[in-house]
This record gives sequence, C-alpha cells and structure tokens, in this order.
Amino acid sequence: MENLPLLVPLVILTPALGAIVNFFVGAKLGEKWSGYIGCFASIFAFIISLLLLTYVTGTDGAAAVVNPPLVDGWLRIESIGLEIPWQLRVDSLSVTMMLVVTGVGSLIHLYARGYMHGDKLYPRFFAYLNMFLAFMLTLVTANNFLMLFVGWEGVGLCSFLLIGFWWDKKMPEGWKNSNAARKAFIVNRIGDFGLLMAMFLIFWTFGTLDFYKAGELPNTEAKYLAGWREHNGLADHSDDDAKSADGDKQKDDGHGGSYVCEPAGPAAHDDSHGVESGYGAPNPLASDIRAIYCDNHHFDTDYLGVFGQTQERFGTGETVDFGGFQMAFDDVIFLIALFMLLGVTGKSAQIPLFIWLPDAMAGPTPVSALIHAATMVTAGVYMMVRANVMLWELNHGGYVIGLIITLVGSGTALMAGYIALGQWDIKRVLAYSTISQLGFMVAAVGIGAYVAAMFHLVTHAVFKALLFLGSGSVIHGVEHGRHHAREHSQGQDDDDDHHDQEFDAQDMRNMGGLRRRMPITYITYLIGTLALAGIFPFAGFWSKDEILADAWYEGFQLNELSGFIAFGILLVAAAFTAFYMWRQIVLVFFDEARSEAARQAPESNGAMLLPLVVLAIFTCVIGLINVPKATPIFSNIYESYEFKHFLEHSLLSVSRGHSLDFNLLIAGIALALGIASIVVAHNVYKGKGLTPDNGDQLERHASSRVAFRLANARLYWDEIYSKAVEQPFNRLATFLADRIDWDFLHNYFHDSIIKRGFDSIAKLLGQPFDLGIIDGAVNGVAWLVQRLANWMRGMQTGYVRLYAVVIFIGVVAVILLMLLPFIQTMLQSGS
Amino acid sequence: MDLTGLSLTTITLFIPMIGLVILLFMNGETQRDNIKWVAFGTSIVAFVAAVLMWVNFDPSVAGLQMAQRNTWAEVSLGESVINISYFVGVDGISLLLVLLTTFIMPIAILGSFGSQIFEERGREKLYYIFMMLLEWSMIGVFVVHDLIIFYVFWEVTLVPMYFLIGIWGAEERIYAAVKFFLYTMAGSILMLIAILYVGNKSGTFSTYSAAGDVGVIEMVQSYEGEGSYWDPAPDEEEDTGFLLSSVESFLFLGFLVAFAIKVPIFPFHSWLPDAHVQAPTAGSVILAGVLLKMGTYGIVRFNLTMFPEAAVAWAPTIAFLGVVGIIYGAWVSYAQDNVKKLVAYSSVSHLGFVVLGIFALNSQGLQGATLQMVNHGISTGGLFLIVGMLYERWHTKEMADYGGIWKMMPAFGAISLVISLSSMGLPGLNGFIGEFTILMGSLGSKYLGFAFTLIATLGVIMAAVYLLKMFQHVFMGEHRNPLSDETRYKLQWNEIAAFIPILIMIFWIGIQPIVFFNMLDISVDSIAALFAP
Repeated sequence: MENLPLLVPLVILTPALGAIVNFFVGAKLGEKWSGYIGCFASIFAFIISLLLLTYVTGTDGAAAVVNPPLVDGWLRIESIGLEIPWQLRVDSLSVTMMLVVTGVGSLIHLYARGYMHGDKLYPRFFAYLNMFLAFMLTLVTANNFLMLFVGWEGVGLCSFLLIGFWWDKKMPEGWKNSNAARKAFIVNRIGDFGLLMAMFLIFWTFGTLDFYKAGELPNTEAKYLAGWREHNGLADHSDDDAKSADGDKQKDDGHGGSYVCEPAGPAAHDDSHGVESGYGAPNPLASDIRAIYCDNHHFDTDYLGVFGQTQERFGTGETVDFGGFQMAFDDVIFLIALFMLLGVTGKSAQIPLFIWLPDAMAGPTPVSALIHAATMVTAGVYMMVRANVMLWELNHGGYVIGLIITLVGSGTALMAGYIALGQWDIKRVLAYSTISQLGFMVAAVGIGAYVAAMFHLVTHAVFKALLFLGSGSVIHGVEHGRHHAREHSQGQDDDDDHHDQEFDAQDMRNMGGLRRRMPITYITYLIGTLALAGIFPFAGFWSKDEILADAWYEGFQLNELSGFIAFGILLVAAAFTAFYMWRQIVLVFFDEARSEAARQAPESNGAMLLPLVVLAIFTCVIGLINVPKATPIFSNIYESYEFKHFLEHSLLSVSRGHSLDFNLLIAGIALALGIASIVVAHNVYKGKGLTPDNGDQLERHASSRVAFRLANARLYWDEIYSKAVEQPFNRLATFLADRIDWDFLHNYFHDSIIKRGFDSIAKLLGQPFDLGIIDGAVNGVAWLVQRLANWMRGMQTGYVRLYAVVIFIGVVAVILLMLLPFIQTMLQSGS
Repeated sequence: MDLTGLSLTTITLFIPMIGLVILLFMNGETQRDNIKWVAFGTSIVAFVAAVLMWVNFDPSVAGLQMAQRNTWAEVSLGESVINISYFVGVDGISLLLVLLTTFIMPIAILGSFGSQIFEERGREKLYYIFMMLLEWSMIGVFVVHDLIIFYVFWEVTLVPMYFLIGIWGAEERIYAAVKFFLYTMAGSILMLIAILYVGNKSGTFSTYSAAGDVGVIEMVQSYEGEGSYWDPAPDEEEDTGFLLSSVESFLFLGFLVAFAIKVPIFPFHSWLPDAHVQAPTAGSVILAGVLLKMGTYGIVRFNLTMFPEAAVAWAPTIAFLGVVGIIYGAWVSYAQDNVKKLVAYSSVSHLGFVVLGIFALNSQGLQGATLQMVNHGISTGGLFLIVGMLYERWHTKEMADYGGIWKMMPAFGAISLVISLSSMGLPGLNGFIGEFTILMGSLGSKYLGFAFTLIATLGVIMAAVYLLKMFQHVFMGEHRNPLSDETRYKLQWNEIAAFIPILIMIFWIGIQPIVFFNMLDISVDSIAALFAP
C-alpha cells in the first residue's frame, strides 16, 4: 500500500508512450490498432488512478510526493539554491483530478474510435489525444508550480493542435479552423503570462515553487490548530462537522488525523526515489519536521513549501525584499493571486479571456468534450483550489480577492448563460454553457467554497462530457442523414448541390424530431440536460445546490458581499441554464424534423453509444458522493459529505460554511426555478414550427427581440475585441515595421545619417591628412573606409578572388605570427 | 603553473585551420564532391574535440581551464612595456559557447549540401574555406583571453561572413555585405581604443591572471583604494555625474557599443534584417546561431568583469533597451510578410531577453542569459534551416506563396512545429528554461525593478503571436504552389541529419538542463559575485 504512489509516473508515461507510438507508427498500425493503443493507454492510466485512490483512502488521506526515476531533477542551480524538481504529488485533490481526467478521458477515447472512423489522420488524432492526457496529468500531479505550468502550456498546445485538427478542410472553413486554433493558443498565452509573473513572485518570496515539501504534513493547519488547542486547553481531536456553524477559524482535524504527534508509522521503506509519504512516513525529513512541529508548534519555513509558508508568514507584517523593490508579504500574496487569476481567466475561459472557447468548437467533437468541457478548462479552477491557502488567508486578511474572483466568476456565468440563449449552433450552446458553468466554479472559489467548486468540477465533467458526446452523436447522425438524403435525391433536384453547400449539420434549425430517430442519444442527452439544469436527483442538482447554499450562507449568515453577489447572480444564471438547455432539447429532439437530413438521421453506432450510456449512469449517481448533512432520506443511506472529507486531506483551509445542513429552502428555490424555466422554455418552443427563416420565438416577439438579438450576436464581444485590440495591434505592428524600423531606422537613419555622415567625414579628413598630420585611430578609420570602398568596387567589378587571396595571405600571416612564440618554445623544449 | 604547453583548447581552435589548409590544396573542379566532406569531417572533428574539452572540464573549479599562454609580443607604449600573449582557455561560459559553435557548424555545412546556390554561383571550394575560417575565428573569440588577440579574432569573423553574404547571398547581397561589414566594424573601432587604454593603464592585455602575471580583472577586483581602479580619485559628483564623467564609463561604453551592434541591441539592429535576408542559408544559421552570441558573450566576459561599477550604473539603461528590443523586435517581426525577415527580427526579440538577463546582474539572470544564447542558437538556427529548405524548394521568401506545407510534408511540418515551439518558449523545451531563468533573475535583480519583468514577460505572448502567424501561413491553410517535382516533397537525408541533433538538444535542454547549469554555475557565479552586496 505504501508503495502504490510509486506508480504515479505511469499515469503520465503511459499516455505519453501511447502518443509516441501512434505518432510514429500509427499510420502503419492501421485504424483498429491505433485506436486500441490510444484507448488502452487511457484506460491503463485510469486503472492506476484507481489504485492511487485506494492508497489515499486506505491510508486515510495520506499525501505522497514521488520523484520519478531518471529525471528527478529539472531546474537546479546550486550556487543560488534554485531547485525545481520533476516531482509528482499524490493526494486526494490530485487523485480526484486524475480520476476525472482518465475516467472521462477513457470514455471519450472509446467514443472517438467511432466518431473519427474513416478520418485519414485517425492515428494522429489519437496521438494528440494521448498527448493531451499526458500533459493534463502532468498538470494535476505536479508538486510545483513550474511543472504545473508544463502541463498548463502542454494542454494548450494539444488544444491548439486539436482545434486546428481539420485545418486542411476546404477553404475557407479550413482557414477558420486554423484561426480558431491560433486564437486559442494566443489568448491562453495571455493567461500564461499571468501565471509566469505569479511564479516569479512566488520564487523570490518563498525561495521555492513546491506546493508542499516532501514529508510536509498536509492539512496541518499548524497556526490555527495550535491556537485552537491553546484556546481549548487540550490536545485532542475534535468532532468533525460539529463546530461548523459558529465561526471561521476552526479546523477539522478529526479526519485523516494527519496531525498526530506520534512516532513514525508502519512499514519503513527506503527507496532512493521513492515515496515520501505525508505522515506515518519513514523518511528522516518527515520525522524531523514532525519533531520540530511537535516541539514548537511551529514549522521552520525552510522545510515548508509555498502554502505552508503562506500560513506561517501571512499576517506577520513581514516585508519581502526583491532586490530592486520591497513589498509587504501580504501584498505580494495579493499580487500573486491576481496574476494567477489572470491565468485562470485564460485557461478556464472567464471574462475577459473567454473568447477563445466558443471558437474552439471548430475541433472534432470528442475534443470539445474532453478538452474544452471536461478537463483542460477546469485546470484554472483546480489551480485556485490548490492555492486555496493563499486565497483563504487573503480573504481573512481583509483583501478583496474573494470579491474579485466572485465577480469574475458569477459575471461570466451570467453573461455566458445569456449568450447561450440566442445560439443556433448545437455545440456553441454547449460551449457557452461550459463557460457559464466554469463561472459557477470560479465564483464558488471566490466565496471560499473550495469543496463545492471541486464537486461541481467533477459532476460537470461527467454531464458536460455526456452532452458534448451526445451533440457529437446528433451531428454525426444528421451528417449521415444528409448523405442518405443526397443519394436518394441525386439528379432530381438541381438546387440540391447549392443547397447542400450551405447546409450546416450543427445548426439546430436543421434538426427536430430526432427523439424517434436516435432514442438512446435522446435519453442520455435528456439526462445530461436535466443534470445541467440542476434537476433533482441528477448530479448537477447536488453540486449546484451546494454552491448556492454556500453563497447563501456566506451572504446572509456571514454578511459577506461576495456571498450576496454570488447567490443573486448565480440563481439567475441557473435559470438561464435550464432555459437554454430545454430550448435545445425541444429544437433538436422534439417536434417534426425540419430537414431531409434530420428526417433520415440514423442512430449512432455502439462504439459511440456505450460511452453515452456509461456517462448517463454516472450522471445519475455521481452527485451522491457529496450529499449534504441532514438531507432527508439520503442522509440515512449515504454518508454525508464523503467527498468533502476526502478532499480535506489536501485542502489546508477547509472552507467556512462547508458542513452546512441540507437547506430545503435553497434547494427548493433552485429546483423550482429550474423547473419553471424548463416549463417556460417548453411552452415557448414546443410545436412552434421553426424554420431557418422565421427566426427564434423570442425574436418574433417585440418584447424580447432586442434581448435575443444581443444574445445571438454574442454581445458583440468578438467585434469589440477586434476593434479595440486586434486592429490597433496590427496597425501598430505595421507602423513600427514600415515607418519606424524600415523607413526611419533602416533607410533614413542608416543611409542618410550614418553612411553619408561617415562619407563626408572621411572626405573631410582625407584632404587635410594628405599633409601628413596623422592620428592613429582616426587614420585607421579613414584608411579602412577607403579599403572597404575598394573592396566594394572590387566586388562589383569581379575581382573578388584577388581580394580573397590577399585576405588569405594576411590571415595566414597572422596565424603564423601568433604561433611563432609557441613554435619557438616547442623547438626549445625539444632541443 | 606553466601554461606554455599545448592545450586542448589550442587543438580545438586550430582544427578548422587544418581543414582549411587541406581544402586549399584540393582542386575545386575535379575533387568537388570531396570538398564538402572534408569540410564536414573537419567540423565534426572540431565538435569531438570540443566534447573532449567538456569531458576534461571540471565544473567545480572557478577560473580558466585547459589554459595556454605564450608571450607573443612586447609593445612599448609610452613608458610601460605591455605583453601581448597568445592566451587561450575556457571557463564554463566559454566552453558552452565553443560547444555551441562546433555544434552549429556541421549542421550549417550539412544544410548547404547540394544547395542550388552552387549551381548558380559555383566556387564551392571557396565557400567551404570561408566556413572553416569562420569556425576558427568564432572559436577564437570564445576562448581567447588577451584583448589584442581577441580583437583580431573579433575582426576576422567579419571577413568570411562578408564574403559568404557577398558571393552566395540573395539579390541585394552586396549592399547587405558591405553594410554588415561597415556597421560592425565601426563599433569595433571604439573597442580598439578602449582596449589600448586598458592595456596602457594596466600594463597587460591579459584579462585573467596566469602564471604569475596579474590580469586586468584581478587588478580591478583587488583594487582597494578610493574610487575605482579606473578612476582612482573619487569623483566628487559620483552619484549624479558618473554616467558620463568617469573613465570607467567611457571604457565600458567603448566595449559595449561594439558588442551592442553585434548582438544587436535595439536600436543598433538595422544591419540585421539585411544581412539575414540576403545571406545564404548556412550564413543565416551561423549568423543567428553563433555570431550574434559573440556580442552578448563579450558583454559578460569583458564589460561585467572589467568595469563592474560602470555596469551597475548602466544596467537599468541597457536592460531597458533590452526590454524595448523584446517587445519591439517581436512586434516588427509580426508585421513581416517575408519569412526570413520575420525570423531575423525575432532574433532582436530573443536577444533582448539575453541582454535583460545579463544586466539583471545576478546569478539567475546571467545563467539564464548564457543558456539562452545557446537556446537561441539552436532554435533560431533551426528556424533558418527551415526557411532555407523552403526556399530551396519554392524559391520564395514570401509567406503568401506558401501554405498547406504540413499536409504535403508531414514530418517537416512536425519538426518545424517543434522548433517554433522551442523558439516561443514552450515549457519542456529548451527556450523556456532560458527565458524563465532570465525573467526570474530580472525580478530579483537589485538594479532593475518590477516593470522590467512585467514588460519583458509580455514578450512571451508576442513570441507566440508572430511565430504562430508564420506557422499558420506557411504550414497550414491552402497549398497554393504545388511543386512540379513530386520527389522534392521528401526531405533529403542531409536535411534530416541536420534536424536530428537540433531536436535532441531542444528536448535535452528542456528536460534536463541541469547538466548545462552545472557547467555554468561556478563560472557565472564568480561574475555575479561582483555585484552581490
């Protein structure tokens, strides 16, 4: 059991290997084996993740730090103590992410075998998918910021490759695809800039980029625990959950018992690059720390990673000296958090950097499901939850970071939800829905509900992957239907070809009635929709409700502004969610088919349906991993807050309002709102005879026309960015290149000022110096100018060889001269 | 210690000369096929010799290793007698750059195998002779520690490059060659004056101490009187007037201008696009790969060690120019429609990072800068190879004429993507390691501030902007100009052979840079120690 974390490098290596094999020999292996390899790599990683899960649960929440073999060091400069290793971390948070990534990832790999069938770049597709998994798993298993950044940019690269996967489609669509890919990469880079800045600040503030040092105890809460114990005059475990309601400074230490001043645990093992377990660890470092801690109730900061140090040093009034400038420690943390937030807005598609995600739908649908819904885009949320210590300290130190994050998150949730109301493209609706749901998670982080954020991340990964795969199945079906239709109508309709060109298999106006054509897709899609809309008892109900309950608690109980904001805005966003999803269900599956393609659309094949069914089942049950306390009926069956207790082992600051009882009022409000939205949407769209020409129901009514058109135009974000950023950027580039660099520096400055000035000085000097007044250096210049002029003339008249020979003779002479003393010494020593 | 014996450094230095002599005695017409092999073989032997030096190198020792010093001449200047000596040797910085030079050279030679330029212009023998001469002089620049000899090598590098551009270059080669020569030469004159002053003042041209003779650096560092070594009487208005009034400042600038033009530091870069665009492929590869590094190397080797106080005083100014170069170079690069020009301007941006790292004046910055010299050599050298191979096939440098090449040449597209990513600093590849260390160093620098790092880091975004523009326009999109000869879509063996070492280094430095940092650590730290409190 203790050695299980040693397997964690395999989680990254297997997909990496799969990628390499598929990349180099995939074409020779053929579609079948290439798909097998891709799926196997992913499933294998999933199995390892499960083993790691048993490790974490089996050891009651231990955290392990693993140095992979062969490449244990990375960036190390000894003289200045810079040490950034390749180092992996296994704790409940990273295992959660691993399971999501490999679990959902495996299903999507299986699905892609069906979806990509027949594509000529099939092996390369699986190579990219596997490569993505490898980078994503690097991101979530990293034990330091720099390694996280490797994964962070690596997934960005894979996203670039996969969004642009069909760049060679017929122009202009192919060009649009590659544009979308480029846009995604560049916008993400803006976020990466923030993360880079955060890392520089972190390094100079903490002297390390490690999250936690090997052997550092997770979930110790040293400072507060010590204070709490002192206050209570005892050194005992407290009952979990019992003390939740009355304040913010108490910590759970009952679970995991990771704070235990006892001799090292069982089963010592000394593997040189082995596991350094969080507690019960045999290595001397860990016991040293424990000794120091148990003696002094205080960590030596040299033994602490970034987050441990944050706890120790925050609020002490310390100043950080960067060399060129000084800054208060607390302010530095605030700055770090702000820069990190910029990174999050890029990767997790928040205002203002979300604009790449809708375009990213240009990629194949499995990519949209895996990368742009379930996993990669949640990396930002994961990072903030990882850095929860910093955010928590800032919130408690009077900084407004929580409020800022809440504003960004809930603003995004509302804005994207609104835009989704007016979209026609089935994937685009889901894209904006993803942005909106990511906004929910970010807002949850903002109000300090880290567990809720992670919970929603997990459930969302499942049901949004389901929805995307479902939409892929729909698109696949409609496209096949279109082929059927074409074959049947060949030669009968002259307009057909022209019509066919404009046919968009993703436009919901071309769908309708698919409920009967694609029953399994329909049912699974319905389940996903209900989950997303937050309808009981599907996954989304539990997670969304938890965010709302936390926001409510934060606002109405603790009187935090961020809580009020989050609660109010997210409630509206949740209503939007239910509305646009039901609109989608009606447009796609209900009524009569509105195109020949939809009329003939076949149900997808088994390879695609199986993942849908599995995901649908998970959508039904995954919410039960974190049932609130005192939930009627459910609490009797399931342990409450299981997921929360699991995560507690890696979240140092367990959020405040987290052990809330099930709040029937809030659950009722959210549920009623969701159902009401569905009913309204149903009445608005069902049986209204929509065609591509007569517009949306909302557009037909004067009262909602403007609102719909705004949503349909996506609030003009793209236009605004184009006008305000892209065009000025391009204009300035042209100006700098043509006017400043070429006309001024290159032509005018060089030719007119330097060259002509040089010539005239040379001429001026040339005349008087004929008289024989010679200064060494200046003469050299004049002489050289003359010589060069000669050379130039020589070049033009073809005497190059002559001059070459002259120079050669000169060079050889120089060499001989240089070697002369050396040869002399050699001769002398010889004789 | 007796340093007069033959050292490995000398052997490495003169291997290209041996190749050159062999080439001289070969017949350019009848032995045409053998010529390139002699050149290639020589460059490989030089590389092996450099690797041997690396094997012999002890990274835990500060100061020069494998040194050799023979008195060459004694010059009477005024009353004093000054020694000029053949003084070679390597520390970590020199060794790394010698390795880079000998690494790039065989690649550049391989890249010119079978080039159409020889069909057009002929003189293949002369071409390889110049390559050998170039390699010799470049290695010389990196290993010599006598100012006069350094100056000789420094100037000699101009000659072969001048001819490489002038004879085998593109349409406007004459203009570019002359401009390149004059521009860099003009800067060097100031350096020569400064060198003469230094020699006169200190009585030696040797920078390092050796065999009992105290070198300039030691004199400067062990000076204990008032003021500095160069300005013994403390300047009354040192705080306000230092920049312009002190001797040290003038000497510093004398060296710096020569180096700044070579780097090139903004705004001294206007020779660069001409030289790069007009030069033949191998010329561009060497120019970007090695020649530009001579400038940054010179700053580290001479400016920082001999004039530390002036370096401190000028650090914010020059680092500012570096930062301007990062953004400006990237921006101008983005606006180019000519692929080769785009890559050329990207050098201005990348070397801006190096300059920023150097003038952070701390260990991180300097180590990052030195490693980034190598990284830039590898990735930009690789980019120029790519451009050269494209040109060999399509005979155009205009981006608009390409498109869709990834589809036609999948392997070439993938390699180009990796090299582009390395150039834009994707973590896990080499470029990132250098940039990250530099930027980190700049934030912790005593002499710079937060704004330097903030703006320079924006350059990371810009790099993606211009490189992706190039990649998208050249490799994605519609394939507009199909080749008439289908077989040309395949990469030649020599092209693949040129790429493989580049790819290996990209991943090696990206994943395990420890080896290289170890090589640099002590050497760089001894320089950085000058600026530590």
